[in-house]
Amino acid sequence: MKLLRILATALTALIAVSPAPTLAGEGGRTAKPLVEIANPGKCVAPAEEMRRNHMEMLKHQRDRTLRQGIRGEPASLNACIECHASKATGSVLGAAEGGKGRNFCESCHSYVAVKLDCFECHQPKAKFKAAGLKP
Amino acid sequence: MSTPDNNARRKFIAAAGAGVAGLGFTAIAPGLHLMAVGEANAATEARKAGTAASPAVRWGLLIDANKCAPGCTKCIDACHTENGVSEKLPDPRQNSQWIRKIELVDRRNGRKTELPMMCQHCANPPCVDVCPTGASMKRADGIVLVDRHTCIGCRYCMMACPYKARSLVHVPLTEQNPEVPRGQGCVESCTLCVHRVDKGQTPACVESCPEGAMVFGDLNDPSSAIAKRIASVPTTQVRGDLRLDLGVRYQGI
Repeated sequence: MKLLRILATALTALIAVSPAPTLAGEGGRTAKPLVEIANPGKCVAPAEEMRRNHMEMLKHQRDRTLRQGIRGEPASLNACIECHASKATGSVLGAAEGGKGRNFCESCHSYVAVKLDCFECHQPKAKFKAAGLKP
Repeated sequence: MSTPDNNARRKFIAAAGAGVAGLGFTAIAPGLHLMAVGEANAATEARKAGTAASPAVRWGLLIDANKCAPGCTKCIDACHTENGVSEKLPDPRQNSQWIRKIELVDRRNGRKTELPMMCQHCANPPCVDVCPTGASMKRADGIVLVDRHTCIGCRYCMMACPYKARSLVHVPLTEQNPEVPRGQGCVESCTLCVHRVDKGQTPACVESCPEGAMVFGDLNDPSSAIAKRIASVPTTQVRGDLRLDLGVRYQGI
């Protein structure tokens, strides 16, 4: 009986010192996207709206710009890149500085596993100047 | 998705637009004209943000082949720098060609003429006619473009073009200019430097030509330099027999 009581006390003590069960995303199995915003508060819409609708905004803007020639709209991919590119690498893609996650666009897109097609054609680096080819 | 393609309506709008914007005055009664004061010259001023390209404007180029210096490639260099065309493939036939130099030889006397050849920005573009997805398109101001968002890279337009003006991008690209997106699997051609034109600048090739052989402007505006030249000197549309009504005209060929 005494032995049982000692065992029970030991078990209680063990449970008390062991850490609380970890939640997903807090250093657990799933890494949350690391979103760093260099110029907070300057976006064309609140963060909630941007998270939900940025793809629609860009899609409608691209058609108006290309097909009708309307320039200078707020939802412009180049404007997004100029503001959101990493200060260290100058890009919205690739590994972030110091290996902590990925840069702005890629961090969320890899987290939610949504393919990011924009940069197959668009330049992901801010203020990039192409050199061109000598024939 | 596609722009309205009614030729009769388009011509009427263009003619009406030319009458108003081009002449700079409106007849309010016989012999009595309302003069437009401080009218914006479309060729030198940037379009305001938020406004669409106007069908009253028809952008065009006039190239004087007599002035085009033999062996000079400044327009090609400038075009490739401006548009970020930098890939060099093992098979040079696969390289993108937005603009190229052509040499014409008169077989009887050996006289050689050089001229730059690029997308001719037809008013009735065959590439737009054949495009199965509507990606090949003509903007209201006459600039023929490829919407890469819908281009599937079938290359039908490359076959339809009588001027061999279009190229397919064969490899993944990373060196694009931010204002000129381009990528693998899409067809591309001269855009008449649409991103510069919208800012009120002239195309890179026109700006780079040391001989001043190229004139850019609004074909619909009778007071523009290009329209005056076309009205005063004989100019040619390459393969004019196809009646595509080209935006690029040549002088001296």
